[in-house]
Amino acid sequence: MATQALRPCGDFKSSYAADQTIFPTAWSRNFCILGVVLVAAAPFLVDRYVLTLLIQIGYLGIAALGLNILVGFTGQISIGHAVFFGFGGFASCFLNNNAGIPPILSIPLAGLMTTAVGLVFGIPAARLKGLYLAIATLAAQFILLDFFGRAEWFTGGSSGTVADPVSLFGFKFDHDETFLYVVLFYVVVLYVAAANLMRTRDGRALVAVRDYYLAAEMMGVNLTKYRTLSFGISSFYAGIGGALYAHYLGFMSIEGLDISFSIQFLAMIIIGGLGSIMGTLMGTAFMVLLPQGVNFFARSLDGSAIDHALGLHEGLPFLREMTIGAAIILFLIFEPDGLAHRWKQIKAYWKLYPFSY
Amino acid sequence: MDFHLLLQLSMNGIIVGTLYGVVGMCFVLIYKASQIVNFAQGEFLLIGAWVCWWLLTKYQLPFVWGFLVTLAFMMIFGFLLQVIVLRPMIGEPVISVIMMTIGLSIFFQALMKWIFGVLPQPYPPVFAVKSVNVLGLEVQTVYLMAMAVSLVIMVGFAWFFKMSRMGLAMRATSFDQQVAQSLGISVRQVFALSWAISAMVSAVAGVVVGVVNGVSSALSFFGIKVFPAVILGGLDSIVGSVLGGLIIGVLENWAQFFDSQFLKLGNLYEVAPFYVLIVILMIKPYGLFGKRDIERV
Repeated sequence: MATQALRPCGDFKSSYAADQTIFPTAWSRNFCILGVVLVAAAPFLVDRYVLTLLIQIGYLGIAALGLNILVGFTGQISIGHAVFFGFGGFASCFLNNNAGIPPILSIPLAGLMTTAVGLVFGIPAARLKGLYLAIATLAAQFILLDFFGRAEWFTGGSSGTVADPVSLFGFKFDHDETFLYVVLFYVVVLYVAAANLMRTRDGRALVAVRDYYLAAEMMGVNLTKYRTLSFGISSFYAGIGGALYAHYLGFMSIEGLDISFSIQFLAMIIIGGLGSIMGTLMGTAFMVLLPQGVNFFARSLDGSAIDHALGLHEGLPFLREMTIGAAIILFLIFEPDGLAHRWKQIKAYWKLYPFSY
Repeated sequence: MDFHLLLQLSMNGIIVGTLYGVVGMCFVLIYKASQIVNFAQGEFLLIGAWVCWWLLTKYQLPFVWGFLVTLAFMMIFGFLLQVIVLRPMIGEPVISVIMMTIGLSIFFQALMKWIFGVLPQPYPPVFAVKSVNVLGLEVQTVYLMAMAVSLVIMVGFAWFFKMSRMGLAMRATSFDQQVAQSLGISVRQVFALSWAISAMVSAVAGVVVGVVNGVSSALSFFGIKVFPAVILGGLDSIVGSVLGGLIIGVLENWAQFFDSQFLKLGNLYEVAPFYVLIVILMIKPYGLFGKRDIERV
């Protein structure tokens, strides 16, 4: 039974290595590699519109993964992820424009700078938990956004700041076709890093803090350290995501960094599945594709009686917002473990097909 | 220093603060009864204000009737919201419940924008005299009404919780759900009722603000501003939320005063409460009147 392709029901692992492996079967590994190869081949297969969506899923997925490490793995709530995303973008532009550091270096550096900011804002996390922390991060969202608005030397104020395209040895990644590879590189590296982080001592400590902080403390886990650390890691991911976003658009402004963007990140990880690394990517894809789906739906009704009755055309932006809210509500009621859980169930259903136990 | 301006702003602060206090009270009511932090509190104001506006302009109802119909509507709305959406969330982790109320907030905010548009709409004039002179300060009549209504609500709350049977049941539930249940109190009923009351009273605040500034989606920002107020007062103290609201309201206006007179930073009015919020959370997270959870974190 225990071939490479199939897994028996129940846990029959006989070594720690088997328990900790990222890919439980050869198939799951091959599928992941296939996915990366397919995305890498995408510029030759699909049109630019799809590429834009893929790039969007990429940089948002990186930032969302950071939030999932914080919320899903460590159990700390943050309602201010968008400002860290924004900080990464501004930091990278700032380094690039003022210090002349090329974007290829300024992106990781921006990640580190955002980590520092995240660590500072993580200090309250050492004292607060649960909903108090949620409210503190809500305040951080408003305070940092206000700071962005004021600090013209850093962000260019309300007019925003420009960002150079990423270039390596004179080759410019300034088109969707080429920038996709930059994003893909970061997605692969950071997702593998996160998967590995969860296998280490530190990663397990984070999960222990989430599951029961008192028990974790009894076991010798330094709560203050790990709570702050998870804020740092989460900000690092957000910063990288934001920096990629800035260099992709070639422009960064405070527009769009408001609280609804933070909520979208939360929606991604709730829909994808809290505490699931692949789920984060699924949730991000869902949230990126959802507005497109709504657009498509509205277009297909164009000119019909329903369109006239509801005024779909004028209401389209609101309809998109509503579907985001509705998606969060419906997922929480009907699928609180997210798409990752559903995916597992689908796999299990086919694997065990006639006898589902 | 412009003392007249300072006085005027302090007056505004007290009036806006009472409104924060009322919304904070509703927020605390839900938190006390069902341990849910309601991020959709601002949307209650928004929905109430829009519904009342719609009744007044579309059906030309007199203000009193429109207001009463709105209250009845909001009561049913709050009740249904709890029964349909929040009841399945009992026993779920904090993050899920918070996300649920955030989801509701996005949903209703967008829905209201879709139905009523994004432009602020003025209420038809409610009072014949627009503003009156109190101690040498111009005060809008509506604001005076707001003060009066808020005070009535606060007294009503006090009476409800001290004297009425249902109020006692609610206090018992917030003290300990299991004990209350074992004494024959229907905890489900208490939860639903607390949401109904909260929605209804928030709508009162929504209508008042709507009459003053016109209705627009900016109303839902009250739901965010209420956080500094309730944290300052203590998340589970109704008296605290009223005081917290007053303090935040005054503070906000003083921040505006100092900003306009000395600092010239602009926009301080909006952010100042959040700085206060962070400071309170750092030094006194259970607020001025909150129950102190003795627990080392």
